[in-house]
Amino acid sequence: MTRAPSYREATARHRVAGLLDAGTFVEWVGPGARATSPHLAALGSPVSFDDGVVVGEGRLAGERVLVIAQEGLFNGGAVGEVHGAKIRGAFERACTQPPRAVVFCIDSGGVRLHEANAGLLAISEIMRALFAAQSAGIPVWALVGGSCGAFGGMGIVARLCDAVVMSEEGRLGLSGPEVIETVKGVEEFDARDRALVWRVTGGKIRRTLGEATHLVEDNLVAFREAVVALLAAGQGPVPFTLETLQASQARLEARTAWDAALRDGQSLWDRLGLADAALMETEQFNRRLQEVS
Amino acid sequence: MRDDKSALFARLFPAGHDVTCEAQVLQGWGDAGDGRVHVVGTTDHAAIDTRIALDLARAVLAAVAQDGGGAPRPIVFIADTQGQALSRREELLGLNGYFAHLARCVHLARQQGHRLVTLIDGEAVSGGFLAFGLLGDAIVALPGAEVRVMDLRAMARITRIPLERLTELAHTSPVFAPGAENYWRMGGIHALWAPQEDRGAALRALCAEAGTEDQRARLGAERGGRRLALAIARQVRDAA
Repeated sequence: MTRAPSYREATARHRVAGLLDAGTFVEWVGPGARATSPHLAALGSPVSFDDGVVVGEGRLAGERVLVIAQEGLFNGGAVGEVHGAKIRGAFERACTQPPRAVVFCIDSGGVRLHEANAGLLAISEIMRALFAAQSAGIPVWALVGGSCGAFGGMGIVARLCDAVVMSEEGRLGLSGPEVIETVKGVEEFDARDRALVWRVTGGKIRRTLGEATHLVEDNLVAFREAVVALLAAGQGPVPFTLETLQASQARLEARTAWDAALRDGQSLWDRLGLADAALMETEQFNRRLQEVS
Repeated sequence: MRDDKSALFARLFPAGHDVTCEAQVLQGWGDAGDGRVHVVGTTDHAAIDTRIALDLARAVLAAVAQDGGGAPRPIVFIADTQGQALSRREELLGLNGYFAHLARCVHLARQQGHRLVTLIDGEAVSGGFLAFGLLGDAIVALPGAEVRVMDLRAMARITRIPLERLTELAHTSPVFAPGAENYWRMGGIHALWAPQEDRGAALRALCAEAGTEDQRARLGAERGGRRLALAIARQVRDAA
């Protein structure tokens, strides 16, 4: 039996092809449109014909879904004016021509510094457009398993989604470990300690905290199956009302009150009786997490 | 409360106000002359951590709950943040998720009919600005306000583009260099208030005019600072 292709190693286009039913993908403003970033060009930096993001629609298990996939290999999947506008436009389209769901393959360190102001505004516009799609009844599902993870503004966007499917290799946070180390020192966060980085930002700890709703193995088939399961379960957008947000508020207040010494996912796993969480296979981890929850 | 914030509230709300400041979080009400509005915000260039994000979210939810069943009053956000807190513990807790929660609370307030007006007084930086002030229906920079993602020195270091090149290009392009004026040109800030303006009258006008549609990309195109955002989004939305 051949091993299913790694999600982490795949390009954005390979991810889209691997997630959707064969031959169903239609891209909007694709590479042929040559919508490149004039701001990168002005700084003499390389451009990409799709500005690092693929948007379009296709079928997944026969259902029409809108897909957005960021290319982590181009500028770390960072959001610039054109890249952000394509994502925003896709969410607006979800309101005018409703798909069953939006599948959002996030692979991004956040704002693209070469066009930082435009990127920041673009992410704000994406947040508002995403809210509008959810209000229109379209669920948005984030897949986080690329090499750049979901950080900065895209870390916030990921947590606005109705489901977050992660692999153990995926990472989710706000400030990257390198930024924290640079500003606060290596004692605060040693960005070269990869195991520590994963115990703070990785898929298993995010699943433990309930932020990732699903933890899957690092392969395209597993990610596709997770989305198929969401479709089959008839998942709609998670409603948010004053009552549900007050409940979230109480949950988050309880977490912030955890003792100040808690700075490593391992401490949390020790407390939960999952001391060897980092070593477990995904399936075993999911089973054990369910047992202790 | 810092003197500069007290002075700001005195000018904004000549008809009275009661805003408290606790651990860098502002909360209360003010009256610019046509009834009370809610006031929620931060001061002293706050680094937004999970605690501040929760305090802000709680204040927004309280405003929504208070006006439930009656007429929703505007919420005036005071943005003064140096960005998000940089800490391993905060990352472990999932600071991005707290920011997402705050953003949802702000969106709920909009849906419930509260007009949201953001006044940038001090600094508005990156993540701390995204989850809160940048979600306003109308965003205004007060004189001296600093708006940015990153200063040019740090940007030069990370992108490995010479500082001189960045400084030179910043004269003609608003897309990367810090500055409220640059954000105005790109449509991200609706108005820049002049030093001598009647703040109460300006705030009343803002609360009355603010619409709930996101017009920033259109404004950016009109003002020439962001020419592609609207056009590309339309192309995707309307592609055959």
